[in-house]
Amino acid sequence: MTTLLQIHEPGETPAPHEEEKGIAIGIDLGTTNSVAAIAEQGKPEILRDLEGDGLIPSVVSYAGSDPVVGREAVIQQMRRPETVVSSVKRLMGRGAADLKSLSGTVPYEIHGDQQVGMVRLKVAGRVLSPVEVSADILRAIKARAEAALGKEVGQAVITVPAYFDDAARAATKDAAKLAGLDVLRLVNEPTAAALAYGLDHGAEGLYAVYDLGGGTFDISLLRLQQGVFQVLATGGDAALGGDDFDHALAEAALKAAAVQGPTLVEAKNLLLAARRTKEILTERDSAELFGTLGGHEFRQMVDRAAFDKLIEPMVAKTLRACRQVLEDAHVAASEVKGVVLVGGSTRVPLVRSMVAKFFGREPLSDINPDEVVAAGAALQAEALTRGGDTLLLDVIPLSLGIETVGGIVEKVIDRNTVIPVAKAQEFTTYQDGQTGMQIHIVQGERETVDACRSLGRFELTGIPPMAAGAARIRITFAVDADGLLTVSAQEKTTGVKAEIAVKPSYGLGEDEMADMLRDSLTHAREDMERRLLIEARVEAERMLLALDAALKSDGDLISPSDRAGIDAASGKVRKAMAGDDRDRIGAAVEALEKASHPFAQARMDRAMETALKGHSLDEVEASMATDRAE
Amino acid sequence: MSQSEHERFNQSPEAGPVAPCWSCKQPVAARALFCHACGAVQPPGQLDHFARLGVAPGFDLDLDRLEKQYLGFQRAMHPDRFVTKTAKERAIAESQAVSMNEAYETLKDPLRRAAYLLERAGKTAAVDKDQTVHDPELLMEAMEAREQLAEVATIDDLEKLQVEAGAKAIDLLAQLSKAFAVDDYEAANKAATRMKYWRKFLEESRARRAALEDAL
Repeated sequence: MTTLLQIHEPGETPAPHEEEKGIAIGIDLGTTNSVAAIAEQGKPEILRDLEGDGLIPSVVSYAGSDPVVGREAVIQQMRRPETVVSSVKRLMGRGAADLKSLSGTVPYEIHGDQQVGMVRLKVAGRVLSPVEVSADILRAIKARAEAALGKEVGQAVITVPAYFDDAARAATKDAAKLAGLDVLRLVNEPTAAALAYGLDHGAEGLYAVYDLGGGTFDISLLRLQQGVFQVLATGGDAALGGDDFDHALAEAALKAAAVQGPTLVEAKNLLLAARRTKEILTERDSAELFGTLGGHEFRQMVDRAAFDKLIEPMVAKTLRACRQVLEDAHVAASEVKGVVLVGGSTRVPLVRSMVAKFFGREPLSDINPDEVVAAGAALQAEALTRGGDTLLLDVIPLSLGIETVGGIVEKVIDRNTVIPVAKAQEFTTYQDGQTGMQIHIVQGERETVDACRSLGRFELTGIPPMAAGAARIRITFAVDADGLLTVSAQEKTTGVKAEIAVKPSYGLGEDEMADMLRDSLTHAREDMERRLLIEARVEAERMLLALDAALKSDGDLISPSDRAGIDAASGKVRKAMAGDDRDRIGAAVEALEKASHPFAQARMDRAMETALKGHSLDEVEASMATDRAE
Repeated sequence: MSQSEHERFNQSPEAGPVAPCWSCKQPVAARALFCHACGAVQPPGQLDHFARLGVAPGFDLDLDRLEKQYLGFQRAMHPDRFVTKTAKERAIAESQAVSMNEAYETLKDPLRRAAYLLERAGKTAAVDKDQTVHDPELLMEAMEAREQLAEVATIDDLEKLQVEAGAKAIDLLAQLSKAFAVDDYEAANKAATRMKYWRKFLEESRARRAALEDAL
């Protein structure tokens, strides 16, 4: 159908063309794994790699000049753990002061002892903020999505744990911006899961979403009715997840082995081994945990009962949060119609059985707990850009307030309030002639400032001198649909104003952000060149290794002169690889291919001959496999 | 529209208060969500919570209808519907959604609804301010209940206290309804203050229950 005239409402810009902003995808940016998905006409589809795997490990290797994300980085992690960052989500929006509570759970070196701003990591000689590491993960996801879809991806709905505080949400949005993604909306992970599950199953009624990921735990209670997804209450723990199960196992193993101070490599490998053991224990009753400790090999049998005993206190902690959420919503566990399990850690049998016991019903298991969040995010991305009639009504997870005299918190917005929300409260001066006021914004449920999370401070100045208590300062907290807070203050008798978006103190400063963006723009072309160069080197390396293996097994097939030709060509490839000229590497590889062509032909003939002589197929395959050896 | 036409429109009894549309300058009713002339989304304006959600004012509300109205309005005004619009429209829609959330949160809760009705009638709602309670009977009851809560040792005993407090809250709801029906604001204020107390007590009892369960 052709449109003769495009008519749109005044004041409205027509929806941007896909070519301009790129298509919109949904991204579940997880602690352990990330998943991307796209929805078309209400049908979500997970974006997979060539092997059909939808999970991208949220692991970044900084061993080379360019960050490498995903499974390759996981392999690097075993070889050179000091160059690899994993579980960076646990550090999003975290300041140095938060590290105490995380100590032992983050196996990286922390840079300096800065008191302000987010922590910085020291990795392979670089100093990185968690935002930059997350941006590297998002860039890789974007690239994978673009490769899978054959189109530019410019916009995304990104999910965050419902229990993420303001600083962590702001940090996530910054990371997306750095990766060149326009964030359509930050959606809470359990809400996204409920959306995907609810739309797919036509579910109506009260549903609980129990989301135990690698590093975060969320519990949300939602009411689903006629396309409305209403979050009634949410709770959780932003620093509790399957990683902690691994740590418990690893610590128990260390204790059993009585080894003091393992090396960084040993510790990281032990954690990986613990994770494997945990995964095996979901299927079997016992598993072997092995690794190297103190330079010695070490093996230990772990049975499920012992594992359950280790993690039971952590699972119990999640159930306390479940109870709180039911209470906040004034709902009994028996009223919940279904429990949706999300996150890889819900595969742990003890988690399933304790959740089933708590809610008095078997949790729903007909969904893939790893992919449902990304599917929900994709559905929301489609609804936001193309229109849809589902309605998501979400809440803020933690109360917001300001510090008053004596370090006491005055709450301005209570937790579980529906967003967007704006609330104002009046405060006054407590000293005669006071002309300024420090406004300290905090988030949390406790009564005292030091037990809550500090989000930022700003100062309202220029209050005309008045008697104590005469000034009327109106402080407004506004939380938008992404769950992000803006605070403004105004002295009512004079109209003096101050405003901040609560970001600079824990996220990246605006200047820092602008610098990084500028850098990434100027370096975009360079980066591209560099990536192509690296790919050419990897390709050449692969060819050399395969050739070496073949020469070892079938070197007798070629004449000395052919052999000399191959060796010379190999030498040229090695020399080209050391340089920075991509075209030269390509040409050298091509020459090597030509030089080794007779050899390849001869090997093929021998393989055929062997097969025809009636040797077993296995032998043939083994000889063929050396061709592919890497 | 000329100045005099505008005035005539303003004075017509059906129209209610009007303001010019920010986009096309045509007059728009203050409660309109979109301009009838150009379709642009309109800012929330000064509206009574009841009027904003299109329900009749009063303490006795049909909560199902209230919810239906609220969800209907949110479906049209939620920021998710305006993601592809201009920054100005997004901001206006957001403030609409904020106003609707505030109206709904205030009206759906009987205690907050009572406080709002008192304020609307020009009475100071004691429940809204942290005023000293001048209700000797309540003070006595409160002290007694607090003591019982502090001494309770089993979950069964705690549940008995919770049931008692819950029954009191339900009874106060009926008192509020009766008081507002005859515009007896003094009685309403008294009942609201008591209700606030019992609600707080129920909250504390839940915390006590959690502590007891953890101790088990």
